[in-house]
Amino acid sequence: MVTTSTQDLGIHLQNFTDFQRRAAGRNVPWLRKLREDAFARFAEVGFPTTRDEDWRFTNITPIVRTQFRLPGTALVQLPPAELKSWNIEGSAARLVFVNGRYAPELSRIAALPKGMAVSSLREQIEGNSDQISKQLGHYADTQRDAFVALNTAFVEDGAYVHVKRGVVAEAPIHLLFVSSSDHTALLTHPRNLVVFEDQSQGTVVEEYVSLGGGMMFSNGVTELVAGDDAHVSHYMIEREHKEAFNVSTLRIQQGRTASVASHSFLLGGGLVRNNVHPVLAGEGGECLINGLFVGSGKQHLDNYMHVEHASPHCASRQFYNGILDDKAHGVFHGRIVVHKDAQKTDAKQTNRNLLLSDDAQIDTKPQLEIYADDVKCTHGATIGQIDENALFYLRSRGMSEAEARRLLLLAFASECVERMRPGAAQIYVEQLIQEHLLPFREHSRHAGVGTGERNVEEVG
Amino acid sequence: MSLLEIKNLHVNVDGHEILKGIDLTINPGEVHSIMGPNGSGKSTLAQVLARRDAYHVIKGSVSFNGKDLLEMKPEEAACEGVFLAFQYPVEIPGISNAYFLRSALNAQRKFRGEEEMDAMDFLPFFRDKLKLLEMDEKLMNRSLNEGFSGGEKKRNEVLQMSILQPRLAVLDETDSGLDIDALRIVANGVNALRSPERGFLVVTHYQRLLNYIKPDFVHVLVDGRIVRSGGPELALELEDKGYGWIEQEAAAV
Ligand SMILES: Nc1ncnc2c1ncn2[C@@H]1O[C@H](COP(=O)(O)OP(=O)(O)OP(=O)(O)O)[C@@H](O)[C@H]1O
Ligand SMILES: [Mg+2]
Repeated sequence: MVTTSTQDLGIHLQNFTDFQRRAAGRNVPWLRKLREDAFARFAEVGFPTTRDEDWRFTNITPIVRTQFRLPGTALVQLPPAELKSWNIEGSAARLVFVNGRYAPELSRIAALPKGMAVSSLREQIEGNSDQISKQLGHYADTQRDAFVALNTAFVEDGAYVHVKRGVVAEAPIHLLFVSSSDHTALLTHPRNLVVFEDQSQGTVVEEYVSLGGGMMFSNGVTELVAGDDAHVSHYMIEREHKEAFNVSTLRIQQGRTASVASHSFLLGGGLVRNNVHPVLAGEGGECLINGLFVGSGKQHLDNYMHVEHASPHCASRQFYNGILDDKAHGVFHGRIVVHKDAQKTDAKQTNRNLLLSDDAQIDTKPQLEIYADDVKCTHGATIGQIDENALFYLRSRGMSEAEARRLLLLAFASECVERMRPGAAQIYVEQLIQEHLLPFREHSRHAGVGTGERNVEEVG
Repeated sequence: MSLLEIKNLHVNVDGHEILKGIDLTINPGEVHSIMGPNGSGKSTLAQVLARRDAYHVIKGSVSFNGKDLLEMKPEEAACEGVFLAFQYPVEIPGISNAYFLRSALNAQRKFRGEEEMDAMDFLPFFRDKLKLLEMDEKLMNRSLNEGFSGGEKKRNEVLQMSILQPRLAVLDETDSGLDIDALRIVANGVNALRSPERGFLVVTHYQRLLNYIKPDFVHVLVDGRIVRSGGPELALELEDKGYGWIEQEAAAV
């Protein structure tokens, strides 16, 4: 990581000093050390720049330059109508976090299956910090990633989900992060710890929304531990307003024959970085890394996948689809690391993109690091436009151009929807996508363009 | 009033003149067949009628039901009652065949000011048509044409036609790639739609289709021009002698 002397970390140092004085668990020694070490690491490396290979396509200067403030303790009123619309029908619980802080009065925890516990991280820190000390901060890497370091320095609130061995929880747990900034540039560091013990099953939905405009930056980290033979689905839904900054890191730790699915839907946000980092640490594990990013205006949506095969006989599948209109810029960086012992690894990566305007841009980059000799790794990427033949075919049956476009975009997006397990979360996401794609149908490309499809398909 | 009236139609594709002055009139109830060598412009004519905008009309006029067809967008032509069964139907992954059919029908019903059909009403409506074309209902839940066999795609085109019930159906080599049984089934589908108000323009290379769908007129298209028109016997003559003699005659004029 490159440090630049021009970076002003002063505001973060000041925030950290304030935070240390009042943070929950400030007297818990291990937590204090975790925070201090993380901040020291952040101060040492600073924010990454585009000279850093991992950040080549994403310029975070706007984040670096902004004098962010941690949220105050003043209560923020949320309009009931909005709260109602941010609701997954049939969820087992909804934990609402307003400006990073758990809001019990807005949250609902219905009857959970026996053996499943859901609470705010702060409650754990204040009341039962021993329970989380063995996992919190053990997986997300503060050394590699300055944003993870910064988040860890400010770890205090977020969700704690714990599912005991063998417990099967069908209904999703909804973690809703609402940002609402008054006049200051708001910075939150949501931190989630999700632990599924051996043979347990369940779904967690992490969603970011905003109220009103204004400068805001959510820098979230989720550590998800899936024990042996656990089956876990995680959803990341980003739909903050189109100037918001969002950096999210999902670090997954998988045990033997565990099966984890990560589904990311980037619909909102101005400058978004979505890090997904599964480590297949037990033999026979499976990981599905599925995503859809839809950008318009000047949105910048960066997806950084880092799939680590650390054990033999594991399979990973990455599928990301991008739809980019106007001057939106998408990034898909698919890194696959196969450790020396991870023989019989089967890793696949596909990134498909639709560019709806001449100014839209996609950077797609596979990165394979293979240290074992008996592995199967494939990757492929396509960049294309809406198929004019398909458009004409639909119109020739009587559909308007806008309706035909909407159908084709929906069809493209539905590839990602179909990879989700049927259930409440899938229905919720499908609805969001349908609504989100509506304005995109109005975009009319000039006739004559629309055949240039670039295909990259390599087998390694 | 004639259903379709094409006058002196000249069409360019990518700067090349493909149609070089077509005149053709189809009256309600008539079936016209167009035959002609590969590359003579048959599909070009069909696509122009369906209003594909990559095909530039540089001269001439086309009126449909008294309206200027060339002023219409593809969806407008479709809603007015023009249907093209594609020579190469397009595969669209991610849109189910049933959803597509219902969306198309509803788009046209909306245009006509009729109420849209929901999935429940639609089901019995299209089941009859499926039966007529001896199509497996399973095809309805699959993505539009994706992975369909050549014959299944062609049947699917005729299914769409049966559901949309156009005034003018243009069939572009709907018989190509069909086995004997499928040919009969598809022809039945077409014949079931024949009526005194409807017109058909059937593009084919093979006389055998015309055994099933009896045309009133046969036209021969060579190098962008209709060089000969006649009754059904012309198709038999072509089957026998090929296009060579007509091309020579045309060149000699
Ligand atoms: N984009 C294009 N640029 C140049 N020529 C074109 C283009 N598209 C079509 N053509 C030409 O137009 C001519 C007519 O094509 P068309 O598809 O109408 O023929 P057809 O009579 O339907 O042939 P077939 O019997 O093989 O289906 C062909 O010579 C074809 O190569
Ligand atoms: Mg043709």
